Amino acid sequence: MPNQERVIFEYSTPGRGASDQWPADPGEEALADLPPRLRRATPPGLPEVGELEVVRHFTRLSQLNFSIDTHFYPLGSCTMKYNPKACNQYAMLPQFLARHPLAPESCGQGFLECMYELQEMLKEVTGMRGVALSPMAGAHGEFAGVAMIRAYHQARGDAVRNEIIVPEAAHGTNPATATMCGCVVREIPVDSEGDVDLEALKAVVGPNTAGIMLTNPSTLGVFERRIGEVARIVHDAGGLLYYDGANLNAILGKVRPGDMGFDVIHMNLHKTFSTPHGGGGPGAGAVGVGERLLPFMPIPVVGREGGTYRWLEEADLPHSIGRLSAFMGNAGVLLRAYIYMRLLGRDGMRRVGEYATLNANYMLKKLTEAGFDAAYPRRRASHEFILTLKRQARDLNVTAMDFAKRLLDYGFHAPTTYFPLLVPECLLIEPTETESKDTLDAFVTAMSQILKEASEEPGRVSGAPHTMPVRRLDDVRAARQLDLTWKPTAQP
Amino acid sequence: MSNVPADLKFTKSHEWVRTLADGSVEIGITDHAQHALGDLVFVEVPEAGRAVQAGEACAVVESVKAASDVYSPLGGEVVAGNPLLATQPEAVNTNPYGAGWLMRLMPAAGAIAAARLLTAADYQKVLEAEGG
Amino acid sequence: MAFIPHTEADVAAMLGAIGARAIEELFDEIPKDLRAKSLAGVPEALNEMQVGRLMSERARRDGVQLNFIGAGAYEHHIPAAVWAITTRGEFYSAYTPYQAEASQGTLQLIYEFQTMIAGLTGMEVANASMYDGASACAEASLMAVRANRGSQSARILVPGTLHPHYRRVMRATAANQGLKFEELPFTPGAGITATEALAPFDGQDITALLIQQPNFFGALEDVDALTDWAHARGILVIAVVNPTSLALLKPPGQWGAAGADIAVGEGQPLGVPLCSGGPYFGFMTTRMAYVRQMPGRICGRTLDATGRPGFTLTLQAREQHIRRAKATSNICTNQGLLVTAATIYLSLMGPRGLARTAAASHARTRELVAALTGLPGVRLAFQGPCFHEAALLLDRPVAPVLRALSARGILGGLDLAPYYPQLGPALLVCATETKTREDIAQYRAALGEAMQSARAA
Repeated sequence: MPNQERVIFEYSTPGRGASDQWPADPGEEALADLPPRLRRATPPGLPEVGELEVVRHFTRLSQLNFSIDTHFYPLGSCTMKYNPKACNQYAMLPQFLARHPLAPESCGQGFLECMYELQEMLKEVTGMRGVALSPMAGAHGEFAGVAMIRAYHQARGDAVRNEIIVPEAAHGTNPATATMCGCVVREIPVDSEGDVDLEALKAVVGPNTAGIMLTNPSTLGVFERRIGEVARIVHDAGGLLYYDGANLNAILGKVRPGDMGFDVIHMNLHKTFSTPHGGGGPGAGAVGVGERLLPFMPIPVVGREGGTYRWLEEADLPHSIGRLSAFMGNAGVLLRAYIYMRLLGRDGMRRVGEYATLNANYMLKKLTEAGFDAAYPRRRASHEFILTLKRQARDLNVTAMDFAKRLLDYGFHAPTTYFPLLVPECLLIEPTETESKDTLDAFVTAMSQILKEASEEPGRVSGAPHTMPVRRLDDVRAARQLDLTWKPTAQP
Repeated sequence: MSNVPADLKFTKSHEWVRTLADGSVEIGITDHAQHALGDLVFVEVPEAGRAVQAGEACAVVESVKAASDVYSPLGGEVVAGNPLLATQPEAVNTNPYGAGWLMRLMPAAGAIAAARLLTAADYQKVLEAEGG
Repeated sequence: MAFIPHTEADVAAMLGAIGARAIEELFDEIPKDLRAKSLAGVPEALNEMQVGRLMSERARRDGVQLNFIGAGAYEHHIPAAVWAITTRGEFYSAYTPYQAEASQGTLQLIYEFQTMIAGLTGMEVANASMYDGASACAEASLMAVRANRGSQSARILVPGTLHPHYRRVMRATAANQGLKFEELPFTPGAGITATEALAPFDGQDITALLIQQPNFFGALEDVDALTDWAHARGILVIAVVNPTSLALLKPPGQWGAAGADIAVGEGQPLGVPLCSGGPYFGFMTTRMAYVRQMPGRICGRTLDATGRPGFTLTLQAREQHIRRAKATSNICTNQGLLVTAATIYLSLMGPRGLARTAAASHARTRELVAALTGLPGVRLAFQGPCFHEAALLLDRPVAPVLRALSARGILGGLDLAPYYPQLGPALLVCATETKTREDIAQYRAALGEAMQSARAA
């Protein structure tokens, strides 16, 4: 990888600029009506650089990144699959980009037709009765889902129900979401095989139960086998079931959350439907609902009347939990998901779940043969699986984080480390269906090699990475001596 | 092996309590707790004058990988939060029983007895039971 | 097609290694009665050529009209370099920079972004972005409740001149946490919030006051007076600002004697296409004293093991993956790709280019207003200066006029009737630097005809 790149401000030279990009100066008289007390006194602190400098700087920065396009990226729970180029190209057609969010529906029938069909396809693959597209990320979809559960209970005059049950292995977003919705979190344990502890569940459900949030397959990389029983217990207690779609890729086309008994679901379109992760966003967290929650969906939703499409707003959905974004959510992301689904079609959907599962089980087998321990050795892997390096940490004094950092030197992005929290020294590995056997084999070889290094030359591993633009970074210093903006004189 | 001074009282949730000459108490987190948390990067202490109940979260200690609430072992009124920690949170790591104290509290009547604090020997047993 | 590279031989070898006869066997832990039937509601696959044709046809059907709508999403020139670089796979297909050593590009870019946004707003610290301007506003309200420890009420004063959609998003996001939003009336004829409107709240426990500059009508609020009124009463000030305007207008960090406490806004004007409403990004800035109350990701500069500078995510103990139910928010996104575009955009514009964009937009809007109010039956709704947007009053209902304009290929603005019925027939119009004198003349001519035909109808 290239070496470090200077901060853009360090290229700045007074008087320089990409002036071909600027409009003509209307002159100070054009601003004469703006009172001086409302005007800015000094120019904003932006760099003054030429266009070629800008292009080089940001191109070089891009080269300091690992990405799916350049590296195998088996980051568990994140579904880092190939983002087809066609999805980007056709979502960025000029008419789609130019459309103002408040333009009349008559100037957007083509776009709205895509959105309507996306809603319909998502309903079909999840087994839900309605889909709303406006949540802008997975956590945003979670918020919409739990808010709908609350609204449902309140509409029935049962507002006392404010407890959300989550398994202890849940994503941190689940309890954080429950809090944002004004709910109280009740955590329950999972058993030694990774399934929800049913006795613990029975003990916490009751007249205060608003619902349960589950990921299935769970964050432990295994399918919750007694999901039918879980659904019965929660429904009998008057609560609803929330499906966290983080792991939908594992079961796409094979099992539908609606058929498992879930009342509400969010989908991470940036995972399962392969829209880009973009260095941390944008995502899209469409929600699907069963019959009972249809009236509460967030607005706007696309409706069809005759052959015409239009937005359904407050007047159409008076019990909606309301508006979650300034406009309709991440339209451009939704277009990419739509194109992806059309490219895959019915049979492609099914193949996603199948090959994601094949790849994960193959890797799990190969890695256990290479001397690594599965966290749940008696279980099938779903689309991902957990290794625990507890033994290596004890015997070789080399941690899961050390393995993760050393993998970077071998040209592989690290798996997810230290999540879920309840498995010590864990690596959560998700290969996805778009990786070839050759890539998986190369990763296994690298892991074996690092294991060998760990016993023969442990400093090589614990001191990794060695080939990245920087060595391991001092997180403690970063948090104690906060340096969050560039200043002309300061050096770290 | 954690340092457990014999002259202090303790809680199962790894706070320590020192009785001062004027009847107030000084409260902090134990050597075991600071070690488990790792290098602290931020500590939030309560303001003087705040009334706290026994078991109420009244301070926050943060490392880069964890954030924990600190619970008051007993009820009373806060006399002072440790001002040093705003700029030197690492004092809790380097000197948990001294410069790294979190707050001083004037206990409510009967609060010390009600708190059922552990002796150093009893706390040592808690640590052994936790495998520490 | 599912972008699956496996050959039959691969599959056979992999199943052999696993010890399974068929892929189906890998699903044997899933109860049989749950297995999905056919997905009849999903069409058969199209190949890329067919999809290209389908999408192009739909895009063509939508067309592109000459746009004079603003209302929170603004059409600006976007240099070609912005998206050419942003869509490089190394930015486009990377994830959150959790492995800092393999994500220095994204991290440094976020650090540069934070610096630019802090500079633009005149505030001390920025985060790595929020979903959009409206959600940033909602999160700022929640943050103010955490930050203002002198207030117990969780009451937030919200001007009626704040974008109506933002007000709805705030309610939907924060109502379940007990926040109470009190709406302030605006001064008729001026379209701004007078300090007299605040008088009823004098002496009450109020947590924060929101101020949007320029406001939804494009009008300029008296930000200094409003800020000082709030601060004198222990009330925090949340600024909601348009980033383009900040090249010309006083930044929130300098409002009143002490400056705003939190500043947020919609980042879309900075190099992000309109695209029906998203993806955009919200920005959020604050004082250093409140940084631990701020939601969202933050990048910091530090040193590596050999003492060289590098970048990493920091202050993560605020976030959901560590704090769980006690996190500052459940957010775990930053709109990375849009932040990439905005950082490149701001680098190309620089202080002078952004100021010219703002000034040209202001000038075009004044020309547009002058042209349109020259027509009979059209007048300005509010006196006083505006930035690049203005409300006009028409002497007949707006909806049919807009339909007639659209039939002539012009998006004439936003009908304010559904939002502000008290104004009577009113139209919000916007012109940016993208509009030429000819465009404005074309709009004027078309509006003249549309008013005629609407009258005839």
